Amino acid sequence: MTKKSEVHPVVWLQGAACTGCTISLMNSPYPKLKNLLLDELVPGESLGLKFMATLMGGTGELALEVLERTKSGKNFVLVVDGAVPTGEEGRFCTVGEETFADQVVRLAQASIVVVNIGTCSSYGGISSGHPNLTDCISVSEQLNQRGISTPTVNVPGCPPEPSWFVDTLARIIISGIPSDDELDSVGRLKEVYGTLVHDSCPRRGDFTTGKYARNIGDEGCLVELGCKGPYTNSPCPDRGWHEGLNWPIKNNHPCIGCTEPGFPDLMSPFYEKFGMEEAEEMYRRLK
Amino acid sequence: MKQVSIDPITRIEGHLKIELDIDSGLVKSAQSSGTLFRGLEEMLRGRDPRDAQRITQRVCGVCPAAHAIASAQALDDTFGIQRKIPPNGRLERNLMLGGNFIHSHVLHFYHLSALDYLNPHDLEGLELEDVKIRDLQSYLKSSDGAPFTPEYSGDYRLGNGISAALAGDYLEALDVRKKAHQMVSIFGGKMPHNMGTVAGGTTRKPDIDSITKFTSRLEEIKEFVEDRYIPGVIEVARTYDDYFEMGKGVPNFIEYGGFYLKEFGGSHSSTSKGLKGGVVSEDGNSVREVDLSRITEVIEHSWYGDEARGHPTETKTTPAVNKEGGYSWVKAPRYKGKPHEVGPAARMKINYLKGNDLVERELGNAMKEAGVELDQLNSVMGRHLCRAVECKCIVSMMEGWVEKLEPGEPSCANYEVPEEGKGVGLASAPRGTLGHWIKIENSRISNYQLVVPTTWNASPRDEQGTPGPMEQALIGTEIDDPDNPLEAARIVRSFDPCMACAVH
Repeated sequence: MTKKSEVHPVVWLQGAACTGCTISLMNSPYPKLKNLLLDELVPGESLGLKFMATLMGGTGELALEVLERTKSGKNFVLVVDGAVPTGEEGRFCTVGEETFADQVVRLAQASIVVVNIGTCSSYGGISSGHPNLTDCISVSEQLNQRGISTPTVNVPGCPPEPSWFVDTLARIIISGIPSDDELDSVGRLKEVYGTLVHDSCPRRGDFTTGKYARNIGDEGCLVELGCKGPYTNSPCPDRGWHEGLNWPIKNNHPCIGCTEPGFPDLMSPFYEKFGMEEAEEMYRRLK
Repeated sequence: MKQVSIDPITRIEGHLKIELDIDSGLVKSAQSSGTLFRGLEEMLRGRDPRDAQRITQRVCGVCPAAHAIASAQALDDTFGIQRKIPPNGRLERNLMLGGNFIHSHVLHFYHLSALDYLNPHDLEGLELEDVKIRDLQSYLKSSDGAPFTPEYSGDYRLGNGISAALAGDYLEALDVRKKAHQMVSIFGGKMPHNMGTVAGGTTRKPDIDSITKFTSRLEEIKEFVEDRYIPGVIEVARTYDDYFEMGKGVPNFIEYGGFYLKEFGGSHSSTSKGLKGGVVSEDGNSVREVDLSRITEVIEHSWYGDEARGHPTETKTTPAVNKEGGYSWVKAPRYKGKPHEVGPAARMKINYLKGNDLVERELGNAMKEAGVELDQLNSVMGRHLCRAVECKCIVSMMEGWVEKLEPGEPSCANYEVPEEGKGVGLASAPRGTLGHWIKIENSRISNYQLVVPTTWNASPRDEQGTPGPMEQALIGTEIDDPDNPLEAARIVRSFDPCMACAVH
């Protein structure tokens, strides 16, 4: 299929990140990455990936020129993976002659919407883990501090399963920027993140009947091994990973809560069960 | 003298800047700068040791399985349970790491490197539309070509025919590397950042379902690697045969070895491994054993305080952003005081010289077909060739490991976290050799240091002013057009830099 349809330019910026979000998107079963690059996303609409350091042809100046050209069009979607290091005037992360902290603000200001892929850009994530030597913050926080009002949508997960991102992007392209009602209190599409892992977990029956795993590899509910499924919103149990091939709890590993603002500090130690106080605090946050 | 700054180096992992001084068309001086610091080592301090496999994977989204295994082995060592890892756990770890290697090597040749040699404009000129790349051709005709173009102008030699074939394989390789990740997730739950590798072994016992799902994917991948990847690399290498003379780095290679073939043998060097370790130095073709105590991290030109200097068992990573003379967030690891290259070229040469039958055969065949000798592997094309050969060897070993899995038997040993202890975990990672050093006090991590493949390769100068391997590979290179430093980009990418790993 040729892109005769409306093309939505996309710029993908990377801050304090590990490239896991990019690699996860490359794992998308359908639409495949090839479809995202060359074909329509939905009838009549397609993406135009202009800038993405990991895959683009251009290098150095040549790449940055594409970035500035796309920016001046002011009609692009900005995708960000990675948190924003703000310590030492942003010098913990630079691109070209600019700090990432400035770059993301400049690009966000010119974009239609900012889609934060991954827990780092959404909430700070691993990059902001204690003691957070670089003062990493989320993209939304950085934009707030700099007085930028471009709307943001979060697609957390460390990394997110590709369909969570593709669905969010497609939703924006089909029907525009989501309203407050369509997002949860931490900026995620309810349509994608509306369910607690624990509520749709196939081992929920084991929890109800009190069949608990005591050692890694045991059958049964994983809460005694520290599972954070009761405090984590994600479509993992419903959609699985890699076309439903597997997912962490099916693989006998407790959920570590990677889609939540508390990841990693509030969700760890990963293999210890929350005490009553921590549990209550987490439930308060979920409301 | 002309100064050229290439920032960002794209089609690699992460944030890398290369600065060159070019005089009369020759690179006189080169600086490699890692431009992102996160501080994961300091983040690990004070945490539950068991969390290390989850956190250290977040060092890198491209090779998390390698960090998971290095980290798990560091804990096995600290907890004293290396000999208790059940065979299934050892095999599943190998299979997950193998899947990660395949994904990473295929990604590197096609999706990161191919555009250094393949000019997308060569596809537009093709009259007969190849059915495999018809989508791509019509896309290039009807759009501005992004993200495949713009590209550096320069010497692209593949011509229409090979370009079309390589472009077709670029698209097919997207599916191949995805299948490789699916294999990791069969035992790992998900990828990137698997949830299957833990201290003591792995979380999922093999069963018939996992074995059949794994085997069928491996067979499809094997076909692609043997029929397309290896011949594709050889075709490109023959067309660009002068690149067997370009990008020659340091004469020293190091690798700890990886993929346990049997249970832990009492020490790292006495354990039987699929890829063997060793050191090759200037003196030629003799391989010595690695002495871990001779590794130091130097920080003369890295933005860190003095606590970050020394052996990884005793250092602390303290950022010093205003440090005079600093130009990179990458530390400079040295072995016996000297820079060493790590990666597939190092590993394949060491294994060839040590008489690893599989590597001897596969590398021998590939060198014959490409028309090159062993000492030409230290080059741009040598690195690409060795990476492909390594991929084929790993696929072949994986077939043997799947066969040995015992359905329903345990894959994990139980253990208690001790109050105190220390350990080391060593693994082969796609970009080279990887080490994790851990110390535990009061059952919490009191120190954790990583020396990662690209830390070696992309390292800055040391206290003697000796440039790192990638810097040395750039120095002396003839650059045709300083505004389009294509030769430099090809040299840098041949190392497959992973900057999130290098700095962490």
